[in-house]
Amino acid sequence: MHIMEGFLPLVWVIFWYCVSAPFIVYGIWRLKKVVNEHPESKPMLAVAGAFAFVLSSLKIPSVTGSCSHPTGTGFGAIVFGPAITSVISVIVLLYQALLLAHGGITTLGANVFSMGIAGPFVAYLAYKTLRGIAGFNIAVFAAATLGDLATYVTTSIQLALAFPAPVGGVLKSFLGFSGIFAITQMPLAIIEGLVTMLLLRYLLALKPDVFRAFHISDKSKLAEA
Amino acid sequence: MSELKKLTLIVALLIAVILLLTAFVPRMMGLTPEWGGADTAAANKIGEMSDYKPWFSPLWEPPSGEIETLLFSLQAAIGAGIIGYIAGLYTGRKEKNRDNP
Repeated sequence: MHIMEGFLPLVWVIFWYCVSAPFIVYGIWRLKKVVNEHPESKPMLAVAGAFAFVLSSLKIPSVTGSCSHPTGTGFGAIVFGPAITSVISVIVLLYQALLLAHGGITTLGANVFSMGIAGPFVAYLAYKTLRGIAGFNIAVFAAATLGDLATYVTTSIQLALAFPAPVGGVLKSFLGFSGIFAITQMPLAIIEGLVTMLLLRYLLALKPDVFRAFHISDKSKLAEA
Repeated sequence: MSELKKLTLIVALLIAVILLLTAFVPRMMGLTPEWGGADTAAANKIGEMSDYKPWFSPLWEPPSGEIETLLFSLQAAIGAGIIGYIAGLYTGRKEKNRDNP
């Protein structure tokens, strides 16, 4: 999902920085609020960040014959909401841009939008929608899977907008890029969904009260889980 | 077997199936998999579609594939260490509470 350094025209660099910036500012404000009101949430914040660190470092082969990596943002989106997860993604993307030459400083705004905003937002909405209908396990699995996929679909849209095909325009270009990103991502997204569900179940078994103050909070659902 | 253990087993099996399919599906579809990165594939596609040239290059790049692997492993290790530490912390607290109710 990383758009490589320098691979977006300046107009789009500025555009995606402007789109992402308000989310990050709001995310930092939310983060401060959660840490002040619920200092006991700090270890779980660290886990959310650490999980994104681990998952986005794992380049996994896929059925298309190329490799890609999960994002690990579904976990944060479910526990803390999408805004705080955006801030986490900035940290991960900066590490990879500066130390690994994956992604870049010019493409940071666009990459933060796909990995830190679009993906977590989809994951959060999916979790909220499915929790009451499908039960905790399936809601978490579906949320993390869809969030992961949404990130890669977003990257494909971003590239299609910046590089429309000479014949067929943005739509044709989008289909081309999603062939590279979204299809490669499908099995990886399922793996991310499974692992996210398992980690949340283990943490809930260890410390059921830790989620009460956050999004995951309602006790009735926790009792069932 | 507890429900959580069953769930762990199911997840492990499903992941194994997905990875096995990954090994065979590309050849069944007639592809010769190169297992390259999708990011690079997208960058190459941009090069094919247009005469776009990247106007900015990374400030620093890992000097070799080995060093890149080191930094990727470090990223995973930092994350895994934190998760392990906190899971252990909660396990310890839970045990303590059970011993001194």
